Amino acid sequence: MTASLGKDLVGLEHLTPEQIRLILDTAEPFKEVSERPIKKVPALRGKTIVNLFFEASTRTRISFEFAEKRLSADTVNVAASGSSVSKGETLVDTAKNLEAMRIDMVVMRHPSSGAAGFLGQRIRSNVINAGDGKHEHPTQALLDLLTIRDKHGKIEGLKVCLVGDVLHSRVARSNLWGLTKLGAQVGVCGPHTLMPRGIEELGVKFFPRIEEAIEWADVLNVLRLQLERMEMGFIPSLREYYRVWGVTPERLERSPRPITIMHPGPMNRGVEIDSRVADGPHSVILDQVTNGVAVRMAVLYLLAGGRPELADAAKRGAGGGTE
Amino acid sequence: MPPKSDRTILLDARAMSRALQRMAVAVAELAHGTADLVLIGIQRRGVELAERIAKLIEKDEGVTVPRGALDITLYRDDLETVGPKPVIGETRLPVDLTDKHAVIVDDVLYTGRTVRAALDELADFGRPKRISLCVLVDRGGRELPIQADVVGQVVKTGPGDRVEVQVEELDGRDQVDLVR
Repeated sequence: MTASLGKDLVGLEHLTPEQIRLILDTAEPFKEVSERPIKKVPALRGKTIVNLFFEASTRTRISFEFAEKRLSADTVNVAASGSSVSKGETLVDTAKNLEAMRIDMVVMRHPSSGAAGFLGQRIRSNVINAGDGKHEHPTQALLDLLTIRDKHGKIEGLKVCLVGDVLHSRVARSNLWGLTKLGAQVGVCGPHTLMPRGIEELGVKFFPRIEEAIEWADVLNVLRLQLERMEMGFIPSLREYYRVWGVTPERLERSPRPITIMHPGPMNRGVEIDSRVADGPHSVILDQVTNGVAVRMAVLYLLAGGRPELADAAKRGAGGGTE
Repeated sequence: MPPKSDRTILLDARAMSRALQRMAVAVAELAHGTADLVLIGIQRRGVELAERIAKLIEKDEGVTVPRGALDITLYRDDLETVGPKPVIGETRLPVDLTDKHAVIVDDVLYTGRTVRAALDELADFGRPKRISLCVLVDRGGRELPIQADVVGQVVKTGPGDRVEVQVEELDGRDQVDLVR
């Protein structure tokens, strides 16, 4: 019996390793769908999905939209600006109004941590978290896991280091949960001002210098430096950040092994990552983007299907074949 | 479900081997030779059976027969009710199907819904000049107007019965059982 996912995907913190593996294994065949002459399967035909984005996003929103369309779902995009949200409507009211139009799923990005879980408890539709504040960004971590597994053939036992602004990063948080659940060793590296306090208590290794992280790691996941962090005083200047923390070919050359380079995008070339590294032979940054569509298709598919109370009846009716 | 189930062997290894040989000859005759022929097995055991039949045709005719695999899970009409799903298998088509004679190969033909899904899926890969259906066991009970062109064995069954196909490659032996 395979694990099911439940109603919502809020984060990786509360998923079991089996559930995470189910998503990754389901994503595998979906990669092939995007290579077909007709990049579409009818699995979610007749389902209506609302992409509710309270924060700007290009890659994640488009990736979700492709995933939805390739599963034949009908989709509507709602952005916070220019909608009733800017007129002061509450999150729950917005969602309930959408639900009154008989939707099936909501994909939501929201600036507040916990928004996705909050909404999931209040509406009947499936809720998928596309990033909530500093909390989680589960589909990003899942596509990172899939990309690592593709490249290295496994996740267990690998040394993966998250570099940069771990403190404000929902990508880092989701990665941390996912990686540790699947048995990877996780490291973090960056300025003290951008590290959560007590992170080592989670079994995470802290590297105060990028050189040490490079010596240790099989994979570097270089996080985006939010440029506004500088104005807020977390780092002195972008140039200094690049000089001290930037992932450069010169630094990688000293590594005892080739290191897989990842970045969730959008990149600040010449700040957290050097262009020669981003475009280099060990970069899997564009594979991450490709895998993003497959992972999101898998999540949508797994959440849409499966009403267990009807499954037995269906099984009794089927009876044939070998399944 | 009754406490005790009754299992009878429909085909043992030798009978299955003879059935596959007959099916291979019938597929080649159906196609008037082997030009343009493509065998497409339905995941999972259909894939192994397509491989066997293709090899038999290749031995008899001295040609290469392309074969592919099709997983129809995403084309099912019962996603809402299937519950916890098995992981989806590989779909791999070796050639462009346009103007080919595609032969769908599956282990058991029952309601016809799997074949309906396979026809829909193949249509998204091109426009074969012809599609035929080849099954090891036809157990009756159709819910759709679909019939096989090549059949290894016909058996009458009721709704509660199961036909279990085992193949060497996946199950360690070749055998077809009827479980009542």
